[in-house]
Amino acid sequence: MATKFIGTDMNLKTGLAEMLKGGVIMDVINREQAIIAEKSGAVAVMALERVPSDIRRDGGVARMSPPEIIEEIMAAVSIPVMAKARIGHFAEAMILEALGVDYIDESEVLTPADEQYHIDKMNFKTPFVCGAKDLGEALRRIGEGAAMIRSKGEAGSGNIVEAVRHLRTLRSQIRRLTTLGSEELMNEAKELGAPLSLVQWVAREGKLPVPNFAAGGIATPADAVLAMYLGAESVFVGSGIFKSQNPEKLAHAIVQATTNYQNPKIVAECSKGLGIPMAGLDIHKLKTEERFAERGW
Amino acid sequence: MKVGVLALQGAVQPHEEKLKKLGITPIQVRYPEQLIGLAGIILPGGESTTMVHLLKLNQLWFPLKEFVKTQPTWGVCAGAILLAETITSPSQDSLASMEITIERNSYGRQRESFIDTLVATEDWKDPSPLEGVFIRAPRIQSYSSKVKVLLKQGNDPVMVQQGRCLASTFHPELTSLTLVHQYFISQCR
Repeated sequence: MATKFIGTDMNLKTGLAEMLKGGVIMDVINREQAIIAEKSGAVAVMALERVPSDIRRDGGVARMSPPEIIEEIMAAVSIPVMAKARIGHFAEAMILEALGVDYIDESEVLTPADEQYHIDKMNFKTPFVCGAKDLGEALRRIGEGAAMIRSKGEAGSGNIVEAVRHLRTLRSQIRRLTTLGSEELMNEAKELGAPLSLVQWVAREGKLPVPNFAAGGIATPADAVLAMYLGAESVFVGSGIFKSQNPEKLAHAIVQATTNYQNPKIVAECSKGLGIPMAGLDIHKLKTEERFAERGW
Repeated sequence: MKVGVLALQGAVQPHEEKLKKLGITPIQVRYPEQLIGLAGIILPGGESTTMVHLLKLNQLWFPLKEFVKTQPTWGVCAGAILLAETITSPSQDSLASMEITIERNSYGRQRESFIDTLVATEDWKDPSPLEGVFIRAPRIQSYSSKVKVLLKQGNDPVMVQQGRCLASTFHPELTSLTLVHQYFISQCR
């Protein structure tokens, strides 16, 4: 890894994210799905009560999953288990840490608990992943202690357009930073609303100081490949797998496509016979308040 | 000299950076033909269940097993699990290249991941202090007389060697040191 930017604790936290690179992290709601995910080659699972598309359909307040569901999933597989806490809900995060989950997703998919502050993630031994739409948001979360960033995308939509927008925005903003002179960085930090030290780090290294994964709307092997080409180092697949006609086959195919993303022949082969993917939503028909990506800042 | 890094999944890039620092050309290995002409290979950390799955899907399982018989190979964490003859909690398929028994996630979950100073045995010649980063690490529970222990953490062997094969349960690629990579490269020459 390039120069360390924070102490040893951070090395353990980003270290686990390094181990998850080039892989697929799958949303699961029970033991059976977790086992299918592990057998299909998932590098980790996200333990949930409902997948994002169901959260979207049901409405109401979406909260942390019940501990018994998380424990059931942790007992079923040997790969890392992640779980979601509401934005700003550090008490939910404390519960997840006590349960022993391996990564906490402070997630806009759940209803935010705090409209002003995110969780102070430095206070936890368990690493956090947070969503971001752009570089400023990513660096604010890293400044709070996030050890992994993922695109927000639009979870539960089955539509990759927002994830593409966020990955591209992040990538071009990083490229731009590397072209600036050192005297320009303070103003840039002000414009981005991000800590200067992190802006300087990114300008020097040309990448985020923590791994950068894709999430939000990935539904097919081709979607995963697109995300990898746009700079994602791994992909989260939420509703896409278990809302499709043949989850087991699709899970296998997305794992295979992610590893072999530079090999279109293999991706073509594993894209065959997958049945009907999840239906998906037109992003432009979602009202602002229905967009998960608008939550958090 | 070209040294491979198995690049199906996991912490590939930190190893590539270490190799480049030592003047070695790293080669990402995803397909059998990429093994040709390599002086050695690193099997990096990641998820061992995923790697077993992908090694088979990409037709690398048997070619890699053959490669390991003749060329220096270093398994790190998940890579060490791939090389072990016996795996516990749970049992899983492996290349079975080293006579060691290894327990997966032996120290616990991520919460129990840790960093500690390593202790050199008489077979590890370098006196420099070494830091071991252990992430959901496996533990080498037992080993045959063909295996020599190079580094320990407390009483646990954390880096062992059997002929051309090395296995470490910690992550030297995540620290600033290049010592362990240098040792592996010396085996490849």
